[in-house]
Amino acid sequence: MVPISYYLLLAGMLFIIGTLGALTRRSGITIFLSIELMLNSVNLTLIAYSRLLGDRMGQLIVLFVMAVAAAEAAVGLALFIAIYRHRHTIDLNRLNLMRW
Amino acid sequence: MQLAVFALFALLSLVSAVVVVAHKNAVYSTMSLVVVLVSSAALFVLLGAPFIATLQVLVYAGAIVVLFLFVIMLLNLGRENATGEAEAPRGSGQKWGTILGAGVFAGTLLALIWRTYGSDSLEPLQAEAVATKPLATLLFSNYILAFEVIGLLLLVAVVAASVVARRVGSAGEAEAEKEG
Repeated sequence: MVPISYYLLLAGMLFIIGTLGALTRRSGITIFLSIELMLNSVNLTLIAYSRLLGDRMGQLIVLFVMAVAAAEAAVGLALFIAIYRHRHTIDLNRLNLMRW
Repeated sequence: MQLAVFALFALLSLVSAVVVVAHKNAVYSTMSLVVVLVSSAALFVLLGAPFIATLQVLVYAGAIVVLFLFVIMLLNLGRENATGEAEAPRGSGQKWGTILGAGVFAGTLLALIWRTYGSDSLEPLQAEAVATKPLATLLFSNYILAFEVIGLLLLVAVVAASVVARRVGSAGEAEAEKEG
């Protein structure tokens, strides 16, 4: 059997890659994809712990996380469309109205 | 055998995750995200959660990624975005600081996980642990409220998304009709 630590290590690495992407990229879509990556790595952690503890609650939380991620993607992408209508870009460096 | 399957999908998901983050073309990034999600689904199966794996492929790799591709197509992102990115880079100090911080965090986290769980291994899966029926029972008895709230949340999200993404001009016309 594969030890649980391998799954946790993999999830940690995926989360860190996602964090790096969310912090260093400037295209709105890529940042969104990085956030999806982070959510997915958290799901992997939850499933791994659910397996380790023999508790199904983890799988249920993953179910809810997926639904929330879907809602978040829908609203976020709609926001991108609205921003693009006004500014004709979703480059986050040029969306600096609220930046001091 | 299991270790080989795990290694294959873990490697696949790590490489694709790097491609998601690093590729300049948004379409390639999205398609790499599909690879990450599908290989995570394979890992879910390996962890004894076939129902979640199915949902992952159907909902995530199907619906959400199609949403992403649709927006990329609508906004015509892709090559143009890549060239725009080259001409105005973020401050490189910020980038290196981010990478350094992530590295320190990664090292600490991985060392902690390794120290805690490095030696233990799981007992083999039993048939009843993989069954979907107990999951459904739990979902529709103890957590029925959360389930309903999630349904409501999705409805609200769909309505909000269509309101936010609607053309502003048509909204003005609708209001003008209402007033007139």
